Amino acid sequence: MIHARAEGVTKSFGSTLALDRVDLEVRAGELVGLLGPNGAGKSTLVSLFTGGRRPTAGRVELCGGDPRDPRNRRTLGVTPQETGLPASLRVGEVVDFVRAHFPDPLPKAELLDRFGLNDLVRRQTGGLSGGQKRRLAVALAFAGRPEIVFLDEPTTGLDVEARRDLWEAVRSFHAEGGTVVLTSHYLEEVEALAERVVVITEGRVLADDSVAAIRGLIKVSRVSLTSPVPLTDFDLDGLVALEQAGDRLHLLTPDADRMVRELVGRNVPFRDLEVRPTSLEEAFLVLTGKTGKEQK
Amino acid sequence: MTSLVLTHAKFQTLELFRIPIAVVGSAFWPAASMLAFVVPFAGDDPVGATYATASMITFAIMNTNLFQYGIGVSEDRAQPWDPFVRTLAAGAAPRFLGRLLTGLLMMVVSLAPVVLIAALFTEAVVSPLAFVAAIGVCAAISVPFILMGLTIGYALPQKAALVVAQILFLPLAFGGGLLTPPGGAPGFIEDLAPFLPTGGAARLMWATVTDFPFDLGATLALIGWTVLFGALAVWAHRRDEGRRFG
Repeated sequence: MIHARAEGVTKSFGSTLALDRVDLEVRAGELVGLLGPNGAGKSTLVSLFTGGRRPTAGRVELCGGDPRDPRNRRTLGVTPQETGLPASLRVGEVVDFVRAHFPDPLPKAELLDRFGLNDLVRRQTGGLSGGQKRRLAVALAFAGRPEIVFLDEPTTGLDVEARRDLWEAVRSFHAEGGTVVLTSHYLEEVEALAERVVVITEGRVLADDSVAAIRGLIKVSRVSLTSPVPLTDFDLDGLVALEQAGDRLHLLTPDADRMVRELVGRNVPFRDLEVRPTSLEEAFLVLTGKTGKEQK
Repeated sequence: MTSLVLTHAKFQTLELFRIPIAVVGSAFWPAASMLAFVVPFAGDDPVGATYATASMITFAIMNTNLFQYGIGVSEDRAQPWDPFVRTLAAGAAPRFLGRLLTGLLMMVVSLAPVVLIAALFTEAVVSPLAFVAAIGVCAAISVPFILMGLTIGYALPQKAALVVAQILFLPLAFGGGLLTPPGGAPGFIEDLAPFLPTGGAARLMWATVTDFPFDLGATLALIGWTVLFGALAVWAHRRDEGRRFG
Protein backbone atom coordinates (compact mmCIF):
# COMPACT_ATOMS: atom_id res chain seq x y z
CA MET A 1 0.00 0.00 0.00
CA ILE A 2 1.21 3.50 -0.84
CA HIS A 3 0.87 5.78 2.16
CA ALA A 4 2.03 9.01 0.58
CA ARG A 5 2.55 9.81 -3.07
CA ALA A 6 3.72 12.82 -5.05
CA GLU A 7 3.37 12.77 -8.81
CA GLY A 8 5.09 15.45 -10.86
CA VAL A 9 4.63 17.90 -8.03
CA THR A 10 5.65 21.50 -8.60
CA LYS A 11 5.18 24.24 -6.06
CA SER A 12 6.10 27.83 -6.68
CA PHE A 13 5.82 30.84 -4.40
CA GLY A 14 5.64 33.80 -6.73
CA SER A 15 8.69 33.52 -8.93
CA THR A 16 10.49 31.12 -6.56
CA LEU A 17 10.33 27.47 -7.52
CA ALA A 18 10.31 25.49 -4.26
CA LEU A 19 9.61 22.09 -5.79
CA ASP A 20 10.28 21.13 -9.37
CA ARG A 21 8.41 18.07 -10.71
CA VAL A 22 8.99 15.85 -7.70
CA ASP A 23 7.98 12.18 -7.79
CA LEU A 24 8.00 10.26 -4.53
CA GLU A 25 6.24 7.22 -3.14
CA VAL A 26 6.25 6.19 0.49
CA ARG A 27 4.94 2.68 1.10
CA ALA A 28 3.19 1.67 4.32
CA GLY A 29 5.67 0.60 6.97
CA GLU A 30 8.66 2.41 5.47
CA LEU A 31 11.04 4.63 7.40
CA VAL A 32 12.17 7.28 4.94
CA GLY A 33 14.56 10.13 5.58
CA LEU A 34 14.20 13.32 3.56
CA LEU A 35 17.66 14.79 3.54
CA GLY A 36 18.66 18.13 2.16
CA PRO A 37 20.17 21.47 3.05
CA ASN A 38 18.01 24.24 4.49
CA GLY A 39 15.77 25.72 1.85
CA ALA A 40 15.93 22.62 -0.35
CA GLY A 41 12.17 22.19 -0.41
CA LYS A 42 11.79 19.48 2.27
CA SER A 43 9.37 21.46 4.41
CA THR A 44 7.37 22.52 1.38
CA LEU A 45 7.06 18.88 0.30
CA VAL A 46 5.95 17.88 3.80
CA SER A 47 3.41 20.72 3.92
CA LEU A 48 1.91 19.36 0.69
CA PHE A 49 1.68 15.83 2.12
CA THR A 50 0.14 17.04 5.38
CA GLY A 51 -2.53 19.22 3.79
CA GLY A 52 -1.09 22.62 4.60
CA ARG A 53 -0.60 23.71 1.03
CA ARG A 54 -1.61 22.53 -2.36
CA PRO A 55 0.73 21.97 -5.30
CA THR A 56 0.96 24.45 -8.15
CA ALA A 57 1.02 21.47 -10.51
CA GLY A 58 0.96 17.70 -10.12
CA ARG A 59 -0.83 15.48 -7.62
CA VAL A 60 -0.30 14.71 -3.93
CA GLU A 61 -1.95 11.83 -2.13
CA LEU A 62 -2.06 10.86 1.52
CA CYS A 63 -3.61 7.55 2.58
CA GLY A 64 -5.24 7.25 -0.83
CA GLY A 65 -6.85 10.68 -0.98
CA ASP A 66 -6.36 14.42 -1.07
CA PRO A 67 -4.47 15.46 2.07
CA ARG A 68 -6.45 18.70 2.15
CA ASP A 69 -9.55 16.71 3.05
CA PRO A 70 -9.48 16.32 6.87
CA ARG A 71 -10.83 12.75 6.55
CA ASN A 72 -7.58 11.65 4.95
CA ARG A 73 -5.62 13.08 7.87
CA ARG A 74 -7.21 10.93 10.59
CA THR A 75 -4.22 8.61 10.70
CA LEU A 76 -1.64 11.34 10.20
CA GLY A 77 0.75 12.59 12.88
CA VAL A 78 2.90 15.71 12.45
CA THR A 79 5.43 17.45 14.70
CA PRO A 80 4.80 21.15 15.19
CA GLN A 81 7.80 23.44 15.13
CA GLU A 82 8.85 23.48 18.75
CA THR A 83 9.20 27.26 18.60
CA GLY A 84 5.51 27.47 17.79
CA LEU A 85 3.99 25.77 20.82
CA PRO A 86 1.38 28.06 22.43
CA ALA A 87 3.53 29.58 25.17
CA SER A 88 0.83 30.22 27.76
CA LEU A 89 -0.71 26.73 27.65
CA ARG A 90 0.44 23.89 29.89
CA VAL A 91 1.95 20.70 28.53
CA GLY A 92 -1.09 18.66 29.61
CA GLU A 93 -3.46 21.13 27.96
CA VAL A 94 -1.61 21.06 24.64
CA VAL A 95 -1.66 17.24 24.70
CA ASP A 96 -5.42 17.27 25.45
CA PHE A 97 -6.04 19.73 22.66
CA VAL A 98 -4.31 17.60 20.05
CA ARG A 99 -5.84 14.35 21.33
CA ALA A 100 -9.33 15.86 21.02
CA HIS A 101 -8.95 15.86 17.22
CA PHE A 102 -8.64 12.10 16.87
CA PRO A 103 -11.28 9.37 17.13
CA ASP A 104 -9.13 6.96 19.14
CA PRO A 105 -6.20 8.84 20.68
CA LEU A 106 -3.44 7.33 22.77
CA PRO A 107 -4.33 7.55 26.50
CA LYS A 108 -2.84 10.76 27.90
CA ALA A 109 -0.86 9.00 30.64
CA GLU A 110 0.66 6.57 28.17
CA LEU A 111 1.72 9.34 25.80
CA LEU A 112 3.24 11.44 28.59
CA ASP A 113 5.02 8.39 29.92
CA ARG A 114 6.40 7.28 26.58
CA PHE A 115 8.01 10.66 25.95
CA GLY A 116 9.10 11.38 29.52
CA LEU A 117 6.72 14.30 29.95
CA ASN A 118 5.12 13.17 33.22
CA ASP A 119 6.90 15.72 35.37
CA LEU A 120 6.13 18.54 32.99
CA VAL A 121 2.32 18.22 32.72
CA ARG A 122 1.63 21.38 34.70
CA ARG A 123 4.37 23.47 33.10
CA GLN A 124 3.54 26.17 30.55
CA THR A 125 5.22 25.34 27.26
CA GLY A 126 6.84 28.79 27.12
CA GLY A 127 8.93 27.81 30.16
CA LEU A 128 10.26 24.52 28.78
CA SER A 129 13.84 24.04 27.68
CA GLY A 130 14.59 23.47 24.01
CA GLY A 131 14.95 19.72 24.55
CA GLN A 132 11.69 19.48 26.49
CA LYS A 133 9.84 21.40 23.79
CA ARG A 134 11.27 19.04 21.19
CA ARG A 135 10.08 16.00 23.14
CA LEU A 136 6.60 17.49 23.46
CA ALA A 137 6.55 18.34 19.74
CA VAL A 138 7.43 14.75 18.80
CA ALA A 139 4.94 13.35 21.32
CA LEU A 140 2.16 15.39 19.68
CA ALA A 141 2.79 13.60 16.39
CA PHE A 142 1.94 10.30 18.10
CA ALA A 143 -1.07 11.53 20.10
CA GLY A 144 -3.71 10.28 17.69
CA ARG A 145 -2.39 6.72 17.18
CA PRO A 146 -1.22 7.62 13.66
CA GLU A 147 -0.34 5.19 10.91
CA ILE A 148 1.98 7.67 9.23
CA VAL A 149 4.04 10.38 10.93
CA PHE A 150 6.03 13.28 9.51
CA LEU A 151 8.82 14.24 11.88
CA ASP A 152 10.72 17.46 11.26
CA GLU A 153 14.30 17.30 12.58
CA PRO A 154 13.06 15.38 15.62
CA THR A 155 16.30 15.17 17.57
CA THR A 156 18.39 18.08 16.34
CA GLY A 157 19.97 19.84 19.30
CA LEU A 158 19.07 17.20 21.88
CA ASP A 159 21.58 15.72 24.29
CA VAL A 160 22.75 12.17 23.70
CA GLU A 161 20.39 10.49 26.16
CA ALA A 162 17.27 12.39 25.11
CA ARG A 163 18.15 11.70 21.51
CA ARG A 164 18.43 7.95 22.15
CA ASP A 165 15.08 7.92 23.95
CA LEU A 166 13.39 9.63 21.03
CA TRP A 167 15.05 7.37 18.49
CA GLU A 168 13.79 4.44 20.54
CA ALA A 169 10.23 5.79 20.45
CA VAL A 170 10.39 6.28 16.69
CA ARG A 171 11.87 2.81 16.16
CA SER A 172 9.23 1.08 18.26
CA PHE A 173 6.48 2.91 16.35
CA HIS A 174 8.09 1.72 13.13
CA ALA A 175 8.48 -1.82 14.48
CA GLU A 176 4.72 -1.94 15.07
CA GLY A 177 4.19 -1.21 11.39
CA GLY A 178 4.04 2.59 11.41
CA THR A 179 5.23 4.65 8.46
CA VAL A 180 7.75 7.38 9.24
CA VAL A 181 8.90 10.28 7.07
CA LEU A 182 11.75 12.10 8.68
CA THR A 183 13.13 15.41 7.44
CA SER A 184 16.56 16.52 8.45
CA HIS A 185 19.60 18.33 7.26
CA TYR A 186 21.81 16.16 9.47
CA LEU A 187 22.99 12.91 7.98
CA GLU A 188 23.58 11.48 11.46
CA GLU A 189 19.94 11.71 12.42
CA VAL A 190 18.80 10.15 9.18
CA GLU A 191 21.48 7.46 9.40
CA ALA A 192 20.34 6.46 12.88
CA LEU A 193 16.74 5.90 11.88
CA ALA A 194 16.03 5.65 8.21
CA GLU A 195 16.35 2.70 5.85
CA ARG A 196 15.80 4.70 2.74
CA VAL A 197 17.08 8.20 2.09
CA VAL A 198 15.69 10.69 -0.38
CA VAL A 199 18.07 13.55 -1.04
CA ILE A 200 16.41 16.80 -2.04
CA THR A 201 18.20 19.90 -3.23
CA GLU A 202 16.81 22.92 -4.98
CA GLY A 203 13.37 21.42 -5.17
CA ARG A 204 14.40 18.24 -6.94
CA VAL A 205 14.97 14.66 -5.87
CA LEU A 206 18.69 14.20 -6.35
CA ALA A 207 18.99 10.66 -5.07
CA ASP A 208 16.70 8.00 -3.63
CA ASP A 209 18.59 5.07 -2.21
CA SER A 210 19.65 3.06 0.83
CA VAL A 211 21.42 4.81 3.71
CA ALA A 212 24.73 3.13 2.84
CA ALA A 213 24.57 4.21 -0.79
CA ILE A 214 23.73 7.79 0.10
CA ARG A 215 26.48 7.94 2.69
CA GLY A 216 29.03 7.05 0.01
CA LEU A 217 27.54 9.60 -2.31
CA ILE A 218 27.70 12.58 -0.01
CA LYS A 219 30.87 11.83 1.91
CA VAL A 220 33.15 14.67 0.89
CA SER A 221 36.27 15.89 2.72
CA ARG A 222 38.09 19.16 2.38
CA VAL A 223 41.87 19.08 2.09
CA SER A 224 43.32 22.57 2.57
CA LEU A 225 46.90 23.61 1.86
CA THR A 226 49.12 26.41 0.63
CA SER A 227 51.21 25.67 -2.43
CA PRO A 228 53.62 27.80 -4.52
CA VAL A 229 52.58 26.01 -7.70
CA PRO A 230 49.12 25.99 -9.31
CA LEU A 231 47.50 22.63 -8.64
CA THR A 232 45.68 22.73 -11.95
CA ASP A 233 48.93 21.54 -13.50
CA PHE A 234 48.46 18.20 -11.79
CA ASP A 235 45.58 16.00 -12.83
CA LEU A 236 44.84 14.86 -9.30
CA ASP A 237 42.88 11.66 -8.95
CA GLY A 238 39.68 11.90 -6.91
CA LEU A 239 39.46 15.69 -6.98
CA VAL A 240 35.84 16.79 -7.32
CA ALA A 241 36.33 20.49 -6.77
CA LEU A 242 39.12 22.97 -6.23
CA GLU A 243 38.49 26.27 -4.45
CA GLN A 244 40.91 29.09 -3.84
CA ALA A 245 40.62 31.55 -0.94
CA GLY A 246 43.57 33.93 -0.78
CA ASP A 247 46.65 31.73 -0.91
CA ARG A 248 44.78 28.76 0.53
CA LEU A 249 43.64 26.00 -1.76
CA HIS A 250 40.72 23.78 -0.80
CA LEU A 251 40.46 20.40 -2.45
CA LEU A 252 37.15 18.61 -2.14
CA THR A 253 37.38 14.86 -2.44
CA PRO A 254 35.47 11.75 -1.38
CA ASP A 255 38.68 10.15 -0.04
CA ALA A 256 41.00 12.47 1.89
CA ASP A 257 43.61 9.75 2.59
CA ARG A 258 44.02 8.97 -1.04
CA MET A 259 44.24 12.65 -1.93
CA VAL A 260 47.07 13.25 0.58
CA ARG A 261 48.96 10.19 -0.70
CA GLU A 262 48.50 11.46 -4.22
CA LEU A 263 49.88 14.90 -3.33
CA VAL A 264 52.92 13.39 -1.61
CA GLY A 265 53.47 10.74 -4.27
CA ARG A 266 53.54 13.33 -7.04
CA ASN A 267 55.85 15.65 -5.13
CA VAL A 268 53.42 18.54 -5.02
CA PRO A 269 55.06 21.17 -2.79
CA PHE A 270 52.69 22.25 0.00
CA ARG A 271 52.58 23.46 3.59
CA ASP A 272 49.98 23.89 6.39
CA LEU A 273 48.00 20.80 5.43
CA GLU A 274 44.56 20.54 6.98
CA VAL A 275 41.88 17.89 6.52
CA ARG A 276 38.28 18.47 7.59
CA PRO A 277 34.97 16.78 6.84
CA THR A 278 32.66 19.06 4.86
CA SER A 279 29.20 19.95 6.01
CA LEU A 280 26.26 18.35 4.30
CA GLU A 281 25.56 21.73 2.67
CA GLU A 282 29.00 21.69 1.04
CA ALA A 283 28.60 18.10 -0.02
CA PHE A 284 25.33 19.00 -1.70
CA LEU A 285 26.94 21.92 -3.46
CA VAL A 286 29.55 19.58 -4.86
CA LEU A 287 26.92 17.05 -5.87
CA THR A 288 24.79 19.60 -7.65
CA GLY A 289 27.85 21.05 -9.38
CA LYS A 290 27.29 24.49 -7.89
CA THR A 291 30.94 24.68 -6.93
CA GLY A 292 33.63 23.79 -9.41
CA LYS A 293 37.23 23.96 -10.33
CA GLU A 294 36.76 27.31 -11.98
CA GLN A 295 35.36 28.86 -8.80
CA LYS A 296 37.55 31.43 -7.06
CA MET B 1 -17.87 18.33 15.89
CA THR B 2 -19.64 20.24 18.70
CA SER B 3 -17.16 19.03 21.25
CA LEU B 4 -14.28 20.04 19.00
CA VAL B 5 -15.76 23.55 18.74
CA LEU B 6 -15.85 23.69 22.53
CA THR B 7 -12.30 22.34 22.71
CA HIS B 8 -11.08 25.12 20.43
CA ALA B 9 -13.09 27.72 22.34
CA LYS B 10 -11.71 26.44 25.64
CA PHE B 11 -8.09 26.61 24.50
CA GLN B 12 -8.44 30.02 22.92
CA THR B 13 -10.07 31.31 26.10
CA LEU B 14 -7.36 29.75 28.25
CA GLU B 15 -4.68 31.38 26.14
CA LEU B 16 -6.42 34.71 26.35
CA PHE B 17 -6.98 34.67 30.10
CA ARG B 18 -3.42 33.53 30.84
CA ILE B 19 -2.43 37.04 29.76
CA PRO B 20 -4.88 38.97 31.94
CA ILE B 21 -3.74 42.39 30.73
CA ALA B 22 -5.17 41.59 27.29
CA VAL B 23 -8.55 40.92 28.87
CA VAL B 24 -8.31 43.97 31.12
CA GLY B 25 -7.29 46.03 28.11
CA SER B 26 -10.36 45.25 26.09
CA ALA B 27 -12.60 46.03 29.08
CA PHE B 28 -10.69 49.19 29.95
CA TRP B 29 -11.53 51.64 27.16
CA PRO B 30 -15.29 51.29 27.20
CA ALA B 31 -15.38 51.43 31.01
CA ALA B 32 -12.96 54.36 31.14
CA SER B 33 -14.93 56.23 28.48
CA MET B 34 -18.10 55.66 30.50
CA LEU B 35 -16.47 57.11 33.62
CA ALA B 36 -14.79 60.00 31.83
CA PHE B 37 -17.49 61.15 29.43
CA VAL B 38 -20.86 59.71 30.32
CA VAL B 39 -20.99 59.75 34.13
CA PRO B 40 -19.92 63.42 34.62
CA PHE B 41 -21.77 64.92 31.63
CA ALA B 42 -24.93 62.92 31.18
CA GLY B 43 -25.09 60.84 34.32
CA ASP B 44 -27.90 62.89 35.95
CA ASP B 45 -30.13 62.88 32.91
CA PRO B 46 -32.01 59.57 32.51
CA VAL B 47 -32.55 59.99 28.76
CA GLY B 48 -29.06 61.28 27.98
CA ALA B 49 -27.42 58.62 30.14
CA THR B 50 -29.39 55.84 28.47
CA TYR B 51 -28.45 57.09 24.99
CA ALA B 52 -24.84 57.47 25.99
CA THR B 53 -24.70 54.00 27.53
CA ALA B 54 -26.17 52.46 24.39
CA SER B 55 -23.55 54.32 22.34
CA MET B 56 -20.77 53.11 24.60
CA ILE B 57 -21.97 49.53 24.32
CA THR B 58 -21.96 49.83 20.53
CA PHE B 59 -18.48 51.33 20.79
CA ALA B 60 -17.30 48.41 22.96
CA ILE B 61 -18.80 45.88 20.54
CA MET B 62 -17.02 47.44 17.59
CA ASN B 63 -13.78 47.85 19.52
CA THR B 64 -13.50 44.31 20.91
CA ASN B 65 -14.52 42.57 17.71
CA LEU B 66 -12.38 44.65 15.40
CA PHE B 67 -9.28 44.07 17.51
CA GLN B 68 -10.05 40.58 18.78
CA TYR B 69 -10.58 39.18 15.29
CA GLY B 70 -8.54 41.56 13.20
CA ILE B 71 -5.40 41.33 15.24
CA GLY B 72 -6.04 37.93 16.85
CA VAL B 73 -6.50 36.13 13.55
CA SER B 74 -3.55 37.74 11.82
CA GLU B 75 -1.36 36.99 14.85
CA ASP B 76 -2.46 33.36 14.81
CA ARG B 77 -1.69 33.08 11.13
CA ALA B 78 1.83 34.29 11.83
CA GLN B 79 2.43 31.66 14.55
CA PRO B 80 4.10 28.38 13.54
CA TRP B 81 1.43 26.65 15.67
CA ASP B 82 -1.23 27.51 13.09
CA PRO B 83 0.15 25.34 10.24
CA PHE B 84 0.36 22.47 12.74
CA VAL B 85 -3.27 22.83 13.79
CA ARG B 86 -4.19 22.72 10.11
CA THR B 87 -2.65 19.25 9.82
CA LEU B 88 -4.99 17.88 12.50
CA ALA B 89 -7.95 15.86 11.33
CA ALA B 90 -10.48 18.68 11.42
CA GLY B 91 -11.58 21.30 8.94
CA ALA B 92 -11.50 24.99 9.60
CA ALA B 93 -15.03 25.06 11.05
CA PRO B 94 -14.22 24.08 14.66
CA ARG B 95 -11.45 26.67 14.81
CA PHE B 96 -13.70 29.28 13.28
CA LEU B 97 -16.68 28.58 15.55
CA GLY B 98 -14.44 28.22 18.58
CA ARG B 99 -13.06 31.66 17.85
CA LEU B 100 -16.59 32.99 17.57
CA LEU B 101 -17.51 31.64 21.02
CA THR B 102 -14.35 33.10 22.51
CA GLY B 103 -15.16 36.42 20.88
CA LEU B 104 -18.65 36.44 22.42
CA LEU B 105 -17.17 35.75 25.84
CA MET B 106 -14.71 38.61 25.44
CA MET B 107 -17.58 40.86 24.45
CA VAL B 108 -19.43 40.01 27.66
CA VAL B 109 -16.25 40.80 29.60
CA SER B 110 -15.93 44.22 27.97
CA LEU B 111 -19.65 45.03 28.11
CA ALA B 112 -20.32 44.03 31.71
CA PRO B 113 -18.41 46.99 33.24
CA VAL B 114 -20.25 49.44 30.97
CA VAL B 115 -23.62 48.08 32.03
CA LEU B 116 -22.59 48.02 35.70
CA ILE B 117 -21.30 51.60 35.62
CA ALA B 118 -24.51 52.73 33.90
CA ALA B 119 -26.63 51.01 36.52
CA LEU B 120 -24.65 52.19 39.55
CA PHE B 121 -23.44 55.69 38.66
CA THR B 122 -25.95 57.10 36.19
CA GLU B 123 -29.66 57.63 35.97
CA ALA B 124 -29.88 55.47 32.84
CA VAL B 125 -33.10 53.51 32.81
CA VAL B 126 -34.24 50.56 30.79
CA SER B 127 -37.26 48.29 31.15
CA PRO B 128 -36.56 44.57 31.78
CA LEU B 129 -38.06 43.72 28.39
CA ALA B 130 -35.89 46.29 26.58
CA PHE B 131 -32.86 45.00 28.47
CA VAL B 132 -33.45 41.47 27.23
CA ALA B 133 -34.08 42.78 23.72
CA ALA B 134 -30.85 44.79 23.94
CA ILE B 135 -28.87 41.62 24.61
CA GLY B 136 -30.24 40.15 21.40
CA VAL B 137 -29.47 43.37 19.49
CA CYS B 138 -25.91 43.29 20.90
CA ALA B 139 -25.41 39.83 19.46
CA ALA B 140 -26.89 40.91 16.10
CA ILE B 141 -24.86 44.09 15.69
CA SER B 142 -21.66 42.31 16.65
CA VAL B 143 -21.92 40.20 13.47
CA PRO B 144 -20.81 42.89 10.98
CA PHE B 145 -17.91 43.86 13.22
CA ILE B 146 -16.83 40.25 13.69
CA LEU B 147 -16.86 39.84 9.90
CA MET B 148 -14.97 43.08 9.47
CA GLY B 149 -12.36 41.88 11.96
CA LEU B 150 -12.08 38.50 10.21
CA THR B 151 -11.60 40.22 6.84
CA ILE B 152 -8.73 42.27 8.27
CA GLY B 153 -7.29 39.27 10.10
CA TYR B 154 -7.28 36.91 7.15
CA ALA B 155 -6.38 39.44 4.47
CA LEU B 156 -3.52 41.28 6.13
CA PRO B 157 -0.23 40.45 7.82
CA GLN B 158 0.04 41.13 11.54
CA LYS B 159 1.50 44.64 11.49
CA ALA B 160 -0.78 45.85 8.73
CA ALA B 161 -3.81 44.42 10.57
CA LEU B 162 -2.96 46.40 13.70
CA VAL B 163 -2.57 49.63 11.74
CA VAL B 164 -5.76 49.14 9.72
CA ALA B 165 -7.80 48.30 12.84
CA GLN B 166 -6.43 51.38 14.59
CA ILE B 167 -7.07 53.63 11.60
CA LEU B 168 -10.62 52.37 11.16
CA PHE B 169 -11.73 52.39 14.75
CA LEU B 170 -11.77 56.12 15.56
CA PRO B 171 -13.42 57.39 12.33
CA LEU B 172 -15.97 54.60 12.68
CA ALA B 173 -16.71 55.58 16.28
CA PHE B 174 -16.85 59.31 15.57
CA GLY B 175 -18.44 59.09 12.15
CA GLY B 176 -21.11 56.75 13.46
CA GLY B 177 -22.03 59.30 16.14
CA LEU B 178 -21.01 57.10 19.04
CA LEU B 179 -19.08 59.88 20.76
CA THR B 180 -21.82 62.49 20.56
CA PRO B 181 -25.47 62.52 21.68
CA PRO B 182 -28.01 61.91 18.89
CA GLY B 183 -28.27 65.10 16.86
CA GLY B 184 -25.26 66.59 18.59
CA ALA B 185 -22.60 65.85 16.02
CA PRO B 186 -21.46 68.19 13.22
CA GLY B 187 -23.92 68.27 10.34
CA PHE B 188 -22.02 66.17 7.82
CA ILE B 189 -21.58 63.42 10.41
CA GLU B 190 -25.31 63.48 11.17
CA ASP B 191 -25.95 62.90 7.48
CA LEU B 192 -23.32 60.22 7.13
CA ALA B 193 -23.74 58.33 10.41
CA PRO B 194 -26.84 56.24 9.61
CA PHE B 195 -25.04 54.69 6.68
CA LEU B 196 -21.91 53.67 8.57
CA PRO B 197 -21.97 50.26 10.29
CA THR B 198 -21.37 51.96 13.64
CA GLY B 199 -24.17 54.47 13.07
CA GLY B 200 -26.61 51.80 11.98
CA ALA B 201 -25.71 49.65 14.98
CA ALA B 202 -26.05 52.56 17.42
CA ARG B 203 -29.43 53.56 15.99
CA LEU B 204 -30.67 50.02 16.44
CA MET B 205 -29.45 50.05 20.05
CA TRP B 206 -31.05 53.47 20.69
CA ALA B 207 -34.34 52.31 19.24
CA THR B 208 -34.26 49.30 21.55
CA VAL B 209 -33.61 51.06 24.84
CA THR B 210 -34.96 54.60 24.27
CA ASP B 211 -37.75 56.39 22.42
CA PHE B 212 -35.49 56.83 19.40
CA PRO B 213 -37.52 56.00 16.28
CA PHE B 214 -36.57 52.82 14.45
CA ASP B 215 -34.51 53.84 11.42
CA LEU B 216 -35.26 51.45 8.56
CA GLY B 217 -32.72 52.99 6.18
CA ALA B 218 -29.91 52.69 8.72
CA THR B 219 -30.84 49.10 9.53
CA LEU B 220 -30.89 48.15 5.86
CA ALA B 221 -27.50 49.80 5.44
CA LEU B 222 -26.23 47.76 8.38
CA ILE B 223 -27.52 44.56 6.78
CA GLY B 224 -25.78 45.63 3.58
CA TRP B 225 -22.51 46.09 5.45
CA THR B 226 -22.96 42.68 7.06
CA VAL B 227 -23.39 41.02 3.67
CA LEU B 228 -20.43 42.92 2.25
CA PHE B 229 -18.08 42.04 5.12
CA GLY B 230 -19.40 38.48 5.11
CA ALA B 231 -18.40 38.13 1.45
CA LEU B 232 -15.05 39.80 2.07
CA ALA B 233 -14.31 37.60 5.09
CA VAL B 234 -15.08 34.42 3.15
CA TRP B 235 -12.93 35.65 0.27
CA ALA B 236 -10.01 36.47 2.56
CA HIS B 237 -10.33 33.15 4.39
CA ARG B 238 -10.41 31.14 1.16
CA ARG B 239 -7.50 33.01 -0.25
CA ASP B 240 -5.59 32.27 2.93
CA GLU B 241 -6.22 28.53 2.95
CA GLY B 242 -6.92 27.98 -0.70
CA ARG B 243 -10.22 26.22 0.00
CA ARG B 244 -13.66 26.82 1.44
CA PHE B 245 -14.03 26.15 5.14
CA GLY B 246 -16.22 23.37 6.41
